[in-house]
Amino acid sequence: MKNYLQEFLKGIIRENPTFVLVLGLCPTLAVSVSVINGIGMGVAATFVLLGSNIIIAAIKNFIPDRIRIPCFIVVIATFVTIAEMTMKAYSPALDRALGIYVPLIVVNCIVLGRAEAYAQKSSVINSFFDGLGMGIGFTLALILISGIREFLGAGQLMSHTVIKGFEPVFIFGMPSGALLVIGLLLGFFNVVKSRKD
Amino acid sequence: MLMDVGQFLTIFISAVFIYNVILSRFLGLCSFIAISKETRPALAMSLSVMFVTTMSSIITWFIYRFLLIPFHLTYLRTISFILVIATFVQLVEMIIRRISPPLYRFFGIYLPLITVNCAVLGVAVLNSDMFFVNNKAVAGSFYYSVFQGVCVGLGYTMAMLLMSGIRERLELCDIPRALKDFPLAFVIAAIMSLSFMGFNGFKF
Repeated sequence: MKNYLQEFLKGIIRENPTFVLVLGLCPTLAVSVSVINGIGMGVAATFVLLGSNIIIAAIKNFIPDRIRIPCFIVVIATFVTIAEMTMKAYSPALDRALGIYVPLIVVNCIVLGRAEAYAQKSSVINSFFDGLGMGIGFTLALILISGIREFLGAGQLMSHTVIKGFEPVFIFGMPSGALLVIGLLLGFFNVVKSRKD
Repeated sequence: MLMDVGQFLTIFISAVFIYNVILSRFLGLCSFIAISKETRPALAMSLSVMFVTTMSSIITWFIYRFLLIPFHLTYLRTISFILVIATFVQLVEMIIRRISPPLYRFFGIYLPLITVNCAVLGVAVLNSDMFFVNNKAVAGSFYYSVFQGVCVGLGYTMAMLLMSGIRERLELCDIPRALKDFPLAFVIAAIMSLSFMGFNGFKF
């Protein structure tokens, strides 16, 4: 049990996909304009990660080593298509807001990275916890970035005004704001890490 | 077929400057940060990306137009595009390795990375979103798609060259230890993206 807990927890802080592994940045930066978008992308990516991790761990013995990457991609793309169709059916507004970044989960390095580095060598249950932890770590990182950007760029959090009379800094809603926020956050985590050592 | 020169100009300006793949759409950001430390590898990577975005625009247009639409399979867009791109990249890698070893040494290690480069799948998806209305190809859609593929590659190359030039100079600077490498690269990209916002006023 402790083992599973460890697999689950490592994705959240120690091997956080966004801040420590620096993977899957395209969707992170593009959709983090508002917290709702961030959560939507996080949930979709978590679903794909979980599904692909489980399936790949289950069929790892049948995949020939030389063509494993195309095989992984087919599995991942299947789950992305499921997520895409579900989102289109049940929350069209979110689908429009996320736009082309939903199909692009296929090429999110986190998903393929976990398949290659973890799921193809591990048991189904371990892969399940690994996928869940990584997915939640990714979602939390998205919430952090989009929270900062929505607060500074629009003066709101979850579409509610937080401080009356706060003049929003529009640049944080723009693409350059996203790059600035993640750059400074990465620097901040580096400082924290070096303090701890 | 009716073609509009103005449309081509619009595609060029918007793909290279206004909605630059990297600085505004964030496609291919991983490779942009990871391979932009020196100019030569950056150039090799950019040229391979440009080649693959162009070719994949051509291939995916045919697949979308003649396979997915007639058979009502448009929901298979993601899975079929990425498979075709992955196969194509693998094929190119094998051909280059056989035909020209020096070229393979120049491009070889960057080619497999391109399969998972969001810019390539991104431009294919964008083409099918922009140049097909209600599952019908708009007039000249093939030419627009290919041209957009080239322009996205050009935009990638430009951003990559600018970035690698800046980072080569930064090698000699004294920067805070916490900001070394990735964080500083993002801050630079932020400033570059800010300056590219100036192109937003361009209208035709």
